[in-house]
Amino acid sequence: MGFLGLFSKTASETAVAKLPSGSFTIDRTGRIVASTLPRSFDEKLTQEIGNIVLEVFLKAQTVNLPLKEVFIHYAGLKITGRELRGGAMIFLAPVK
Amino acid sequence: MRLPFVAQKNLDSKKFTAKEIMAERHKVLILDDEQDLLDLYRDLLSKLPSQPEVFTANSGARALALLNAEKFSLLLTDLNMPGMDGFQVLTIVRRRFPALRTVVMTSMVDEQIRARAYAMGIDLYLEKPNEKTDVQLFVDCIESLLEREEAGGFRGVQSKSLVDLIQLECLSQSSSVLKITNKSVEARIWIQDGDVIDAQVGELSGEAAFKSIMSWKTGNFEMLAADPSHPRTIVGSYQGLLLDTAQAIDESQATEVSAKGELSVAEGGTASPLGAVSRCHGVEFAISVDVNDKSKVDAWGIENPAAMAAWVHSFMHQLHVVGEKLKAGQLMKVEGMGVQSNLGFLSRPDKELCVGLRRNFTQSDMAAALNEVGTKWVS
Repeated sequence: MGFLGLFSKTASETAVAKLPSGSFTIDRTGRIVASTLPRSFDEKLTQEIGNIVLEVFLKAQTVNLPLKEVFIHYAGLKITGRELRGGAMIFLAPVK
Repeated sequence: MRLPFVAQKNLDSKKFTAKEIMAERHKVLILDDEQDLLDLYRDLLSKLPSQPEVFTANSGARALALLNAEKFSLLLTDLNMPGMDGFQVLTIVRRRFPALRTVVMTSMVDEQIRARAYAMGIDLYLEKPNEKTDVQLFVDCIESLLEREEAGGFRGVQSKSLVDLIQLECLSQSSSVLKITNKSVEARIWIQDGDVIDAQVGELSGEAAFKSIMSWKTGNFEMLAADPSHPRTIVGSYQGLLLDTAQAIDESQATEVSAKGELSVAEGGTASPLGAVSRCHGVEFAISVDVNDKSKVDAWGIENPAAMAAWVHSFMHQLHVVGEKLKAGQLMKVEGMGVQSNLGFLSRPDKELCVGLRRNFTQSDMAAALNEVGTKWVS
């Protein structure tokens, strides 16, 4: 009956990487000040998303098209960034 | 007395397709630094009987970029603006787009300023409407200007065609030289004792030049002193000449109408690669940049395409990279809600696109507009 072992993998082996759900706040210097994202979610990636959103608000201003809010739509994830006095509040929500 | 234009009859009786009607709509550009006023003017002018396409710009540089990208019938401009003021814009417009009708709308009530504006060749000087009656007057004035544009006519003699002018001169048995300018082209028609004796434009002379000049729809004219010593190259009567010309214009207009129809099918009515995108509802400007080479840029209605292209290229690249790290799937679109304009970003394997959309668009309006833009852009 050894072949049944093929169907009994441990939980860690079968876990599929889940898309993050939650929000975080980044100040104008790029420092993350608050987050409700799961701890398992890579901090570097959180920082990278934060930097992109901060940069889009900054660059939009330099080309005279200031933005208040940005919605980034991936096939599986929606990222919403809201301008917050030079910083930003960022929401991540998997697409259902 | 007006000659019977067969061309006009033919155009009136022709049934236009929706695409041709779109291509024939007047385009009006409004320049003001106050965004609320731009929105108000846009609403007012969109309801005109002639249903013009209304574009707005909040800076002189942006207005000039739009004028370069599209052929407009009318420019409405404020005078008091930061950066490039209305007079500076009008100076450039007079030089680059001499045929464009211009209207100044200002809250400055000053006779000197009014005189200065008229000296620059504007068509109308209006004070910004304050009351309901002013608003109606403003709307009527603009509609009347657009109607005049439709009827053609040479500035200096309202509602008179070139044919009228020549008939007037010939019927009164006058001798004169008619100097006509259309944009940067200058032409002359010699009239001697009520007969057209010669015409010159560029390298053309005689009947060929006369026919070419008569095909112009707008321009400026000046009566110069007669030149009796000028040699005669046209021997026929002026009536015969005008009838021949009318027929030639008729034929060329018929060809022009069918050519316009074909162009609008192929390119959405403009020669720009983003022509079809620019025709989408609510699009104020557009820029596309090559994924592999950010110097390969197509822009429509943008004053600083290089800076904008660099930004679009780097922003979209960052999003693709982070999307891969997140394993979030394909980047579908990006929507930005702005203070002056909303922005929409779309991606194709070879190009990235950014469009400016009206700032009063809601998120659902944005989604609909981006869907339309996406369809046109991909196709």
